[in-house]
Amino acid sequence: MAERGAQPNVPRYRRRALKAVESFFSPLLPDDYLELINPLWSTQELRGRIERIHPEADGAVTVVIKPGYKWGGHKAGQYLRIGVVVDGIHHWRAYSLTSDADRPDGCITITPKLVDAGKVSPWLTGHAKPGDIVRLGGVEGTFVLPDRVPPKLLFMTAGSGITPIMSMIRSIDRSIDRSRAYCDIVHIHSARDADRVIFGEELDRLASDRAWLDLHVQETAKAGRIEPPHLDELCPDWRDRQTYASGPGEMLDAISAHWEAEGLNDQLSIERFQPLIGGKGGDGTGGTITFRKSKVTASAQAGTPILVAGEEAGIEMPFGCRMGICHTCVGQLCSGRLRDLRTGEIHGAEGEMVRTCVNAPEGPVEMKL
Amino acid sequence: MSPVTETTKPGVVGPQSPLAHLSDQQLEELADEFDAIHDEVYADLGERDRKYIQSMIEMHRRLAVMSRVLLLASPNRLAWIAGTATNSAAKILENMEIGHNVLHGQWDWMNDPQIHSTTWDWDTASTAESWKHSHNYVHHTYTNIMGKDKDLGYEIMRIDPDQKWHPVYLGQPIYNLLLMAFFEWGVAMHDLDLEAIRKGEKPMDDVKQELKGIAGKAKSQVVKDYIAWPAVSAAANAAGSLAVSAVTGKLKKKQRSKAIADAAGAGRRAFKSTATANFTANIVRNFWSNAIIFCGHFPDQTYVFSQEEVEDESRGAWYVRQLAGAANIDGSPMFHIASGNLSFQVEHHLFPDMPSSRYAEIAPRVKDVCERYGLPYNTGPFLQQWSMVQRTILRLAFPGGEHKPKPGPYVPERA
Repeated sequence: MAERGAQPNVPRYRRRALKAVESFFSPLLPDDYLELINPLWSTQELRGRIERIHPEADGAVTVVIKPGYKWGGHKAGQYLRIGVVVDGIHHWRAYSLTSDADRPDGCITITPKLVDAGKVSPWLTGHAKPGDIVRLGGVEGTFVLPDRVPPKLLFMTAGSGITPIMSMIRSIDRSIDRSRAYCDIVHIHSARDADRVIFGEELDRLASDRAWLDLHVQETAKAGRIEPPHLDELCPDWRDRQTYASGPGEMLDAISAHWEAEGLNDQLSIERFQPLIGGKGGDGTGGTITFRKSKVTASAQAGTPILVAGEEAGIEMPFGCRMGICHTCVGQLCSGRLRDLRTGEIHGAEGEMVRTCVNAPEGPVEMKL
Repeated sequence: MSPVTETTKPGVVGPQSPLAHLSDQQLEELADEFDAIHDEVYADLGERDRKYIQSMIEMHRRLAVMSRVLLLASPNRLAWIAGTATNSAAKILENMEIGHNVLHGQWDWMNDPQIHSTTWDWDTASTAESWKHSHNYVHHTYTNIMGKDKDLGYEIMRIDPDQKWHPVYLGQPIYNLLLMAFFEWGVAMHDLDLEAIRKGEKPMDDVKQELKGIAGKAKSQVVKDYIAWPAVSAAANAAGSLAVSAVTGKLKKKQRSKAIADAAGAGRRAFKSTATANFTANIVRNFWSNAIIFCGHFPDQTYVFSQEEVEDESRGAWYVRQLAGAANIDGSPMFHIASGNLSFQVEHHLFPDMPSSRYAEIAPRVKDVCERYGLPYNTGPFLQQWSMVQRTILRLAFPGGEHKPKPGPYVPERA
């Protein structure tokens, strides 16, 4: 099975009307015909039309997308799965949303940076054009600001790690006058040089116009990388701030270690673009999985997702992103307990729909697959 | 390549068998050559192929809409004919070039959630699920093996002299006609695997489940073709008749009841004519798919294998069986689309999961392999192939019958 876009927010009357005439088109759906007129009308999956694409620094572009139905909203900092067709083949990738959820034009933006060896980013940065249709999947991610924005924040970003933070800054900028909340943000961003700061102009403008934003750009080509000890100089009160860090793995590792050493773990949130699935794979017990429909029983060691165990047992399992995002792989749990490989949490209720790619059995389980 | 006399399985493989003159090593080389064709095409699939299948899908939907609109005027004879023809074309395209091929997974490489063998459903009596089992798995794996390929005669006909005769086959010219007209229902029943049910090899739960599936498909075809669209035609024609009466002033008191009766009559006529048009379209589609499919495996040129012949079959021998057991049909590009490219039955059987649009392109290379390995490449014009099949069905209704001579190695036509 191939990955689909998210369920769109279709007005109820419209769904009812389409349902009422379904038998005229069976086994197809009215949608299959309406799509010929406008692909955005699909009620089967959410699609969007590319409205504009503008270049940003450092080989990135901002893609402005108008969703086919009213945008369901997201929290600043979250990412979106987006499906594009490159040379006839659908590819799905997750990109941080760089827009805030309340844009008056109802659009959303992502800001991919060109990865030469990639498939999707070369298309988005080089071939996509206004009018192109893309598929919009689910919004996910826990790297978000709390509902009540902490008064003192530190943002630490590098390179394209700025993307989720940009959404946060835009979101604060849109709401701060209304909420009259006190806010004090120090943003330290690293780039090779000032010309390569994605959103550089907008950030400079905001930093000079807005009292709540204090921006420091570290030009690593001249000044070298920021090491955690520099923080005492750049932001002496960093220990009093909630910190959001987003960037390359090495930078995040160094930051994590530093915060941990100071006992400030709960004041730090980080965004890794490569999720660590099964990173703590040694935990848990593993177990046997009975696939009821396939009539196969497989055993999975600790840290082995149900999906992998099923594939190794020769079952044709549905899958998509293999990282817990797209829900293509879901199957029904009949009995047993599971371990969520991303959080280590043990869960599982009879009849629950679970993602096989990020769940491992904890003891014997039965799946309706 | 010099012919090698040593056979793979002396004694088991008959002298006529296309396998008779090939050594194990030749079969291995042949498998490598065919694998290479497949891999090359797969590496090259892209936007052009996607555009092709999308254009077919769009064409089907346009034809379907057009036919429904034309049939609103179905009480008119010309509109009835045009609407029926368009609807038949739409149904043929939907079943053959689109449905059959999508369900084979030919387009799964696009990773498109909508054009995918796991999500596709088609306008015929077989559910996608049971079709994928009986056709993709049973027929394409055991192609033309006597006693294993249940598509040989569809369990109700004797189409090879080696099938034991039984008086029940005397009726096969009639079954044949019925099967032509109601092919989709025959195929759906065939999917159930009646033989396995008779022998008690199939759990009743599965049988019930599958019957439910067929009932569901039947219901949606009946509702769509014989109730919903005829009702729309009826409503449109009744409304039209009333409108005419209103304009001509016949809705006034005295003439009102007559005007209403006229409208009801117009509605009834339209309902009936649309329903008969749809029925005809279903029959036309059944005749056509039956003809194409029977021409794929039952013409005289095709070779039927015994179970002994295919024991411990190598990959190369599998390829040989696929190509010797199938026959192409010559025709124009339009003909190939109308036949769902099953007119390239040989190529389809070698590579069931290759996008159908590529069969015509690889055909010269397949012929070349056949020529070099001394293998047949079966093909012929439609009427010739179809007549051979019909003659066989008639002849083998009676006891006896002989194998028709096989064409032997492919020799390219000299220009």
